[in-house]
Amino acid sequence: MSAAIRIQQVSKRFGATQALDRIDLEVRQGEFFGLLGPNGAGKTTLISALAGLVRADTGSLAVMGHDVQSDYRAARRHLGVVPQELVFDPFFTVRESLTIQSGYFGIRDNDNWIDEILENLGLASKANANMRMLSGGMKRRVLVAQALVHRPPVIVLDEPTAGVDVELRQTLWHFIRRLNEAGHTIVLTTHYLEEAENLCTRIAMLKAGRLVALDTTENLLRRFSAHSLRLRTGGVMPEQLTCDAAESGGWWSMPFDGFDEVEPLLARIRAAGCGIDDLEIGKPDLEEVFVRVMQGQPAETNELNAELR
Amino acid sequence: MSHGGFSTLFHKEVLRFWKVASQTVAAPVLTALLYLLIFSHVLEDHVRVHGVTYTAFLIPGLVMMAVLQNAFANSSSSLIQSRVTGNIVFVLLPPISYLEFFVAYVLASVVRGFVVGTGVLLATCWFAPLALVEPWWIVVFALMGGAILGSLGVIAGIWADKFDELAAFQNFLIMPLTFLSGVFYSINSLPPFWQQVSRWNPVFYMIDGFRHGFFGVSDESPWLSLAVVGACLALLTVFTLNLLKSGYKLRA
Ligand SMILES: Nc1ncnc2c1ncn2[C@@H]1O[C@H](COP(=O)(O)OP(=O)(O)OP(=O)(O)O)[C@@H](O)[C@H]1O
Ligand SMILES: [Mg+2]
Repeated sequence: MSAAIRIQQVSKRFGATQALDRIDLEVRQGEFFGLLGPNGAGKTTLISALAGLVRADTGSLAVMGHDVQSDYRAARRHLGVVPQELVFDPFFTVRESLTIQSGYFGIRDNDNWIDEILENLGLASKANANMRMLSGGMKRRVLVAQALVHRPPVIVLDEPTAGVDVELRQTLWHFIRRLNEAGHTIVLTTHYLEEAENLCTRIAMLKAGRLVALDTTENLLRRFSAHSLRLRTGGVMPEQLTCDAAESGGWWSMPFDGFDEVEPLLARIRAAGCGIDDLEIGKPDLEEVFVRVMQGQPAETNELNAELR
Repeated sequence: MSHGGFSTLFHKEVLRFWKVASQTVAAPVLTALLYLLIFSHVLEDHVRVHGVTYTAFLIPGLVMMAVLQNAFANSSSSLIQSRVTGNIVFVLLPPISYLEFFVAYVLASVVRGFVVGTGVLLATCWFAPLALVEPWWIVVFALMGGAILGSLGVIAGIWADKFDELAAFQNFLIMPLTFLSGVFYSINSLPPFWQQVSRWNPVFYMIDGFRHGFFGVSDESPWLSLAVVGACLALLTVFTLNLLKSGYKLRA
């Protein structure tokens, strides 16, 4: 079975900016994959290269085994892209936009599927509204719908939830999850790390055009983020405890790996004569992973990547 | 199935101008009508060209000028709007080849040219008796001229990054070429130097050949015009196709 997406040694330079630097990445069929990175990391450039909107300087990209240059027709038929920019054609209504988009893929009589998409994205009541009349969030929904008209096995969403209300987020993720369960491969970029953490089974992180992390969400959380004991104390913390801990705003945060470490930790604090005013358990989260990866503990990330190649 | 993209793109491009026909069809027809009223009022009693009245001479010129200018306007404005607003991605993401892209935009431009040209003809033909001596020339030159200006529109719409750059292309290239092409006069009435200059203007041959279809007489042989216009079309087609194939400004 060919990979849903195969990216090999892809580099792209815009003038002085190295937007992509020898990216190697494979997304398997059926995955829910996250592509993360700070602004300007190269996420959109990578997606554009995959979609044929940008030509990579070196390397090759393939969608479902079809090279995006030499076999572009098949590659594009298998790919649905939701662009980051909120674009629309002001000449047409929602339904016209979707019918035209279907036609570009050679699909006639697509009304049943279009109706289903409209229904699932909460757009049914806007079907005959002109694109100009829609609110930003509604336009975003149409953009998602346009990416799906040809039932692409691989769906790439470039920040689909930027500037979108809670309701759409929920309907959107519900729908995208269903598509994923039905076998579609999903690639998502977002700056809402909680979203990525909940949805994606595997995550790649880009930084300044380079791939700096690639692993399952679970492994990333385990490696780069731990549970932590967070507490506020009246007394002075003993030194042998503070070397592992971080303090901010009166709260101490002490990472631990297993819950059986909690009691001894508390016992030592008690033994030091420190009263505990407040206490909570912090869960590992992707935000911490992200921050640590971006701050670059190079040894760790290199090791991680080497392992995954 | 694989060639559905072309017909949809063509259809969309036609729909795009048809939806705003008051601007894209009615307005240029009105402009041409105003030209006719003013120029024929001033010159009707003073000038005869190729043995016909000035008004009769002017009408085919105005029709062809409308065909050409609107063919250019269609592809260029559609492309620059799509590029500036970013919705060009809807056309770039699907499996549409650069050849299909080219033909769809140019053909839609030709359709716009024909629609406006027909409108101008219908609006103006009441003002002078018109013959259709060799009508196939009319069709051939309208088709080729429309395709040439449609291709130029594709080039301009892709080259220009802003609307004022497109306006410059239009004002400094397209307008002079179409106005100084013998729409309003026979080049035989010009001093020899300007006659020679006019012969370097390909639009002159488009108008002259087109007009030949009406009267059966013209400044040049329609076969010469056909050769010149055909060569221009071939050259421009090759150039535009290469531009699109290279991905210039469309696929960075
Ligand atoms: N067409 C272009 N011309 C010049 N530079 C570009 C172009 N497109 C992207 N860049 C540059 O390439 C780098 C990567 O940009 P890209 O849009 O891929 O980042 P991103 O990860 O998607 O960021 P964001 O999270 O802000 O969307 C940036 O430095 C950007 O300025
Ligand atoms: Mg981006």
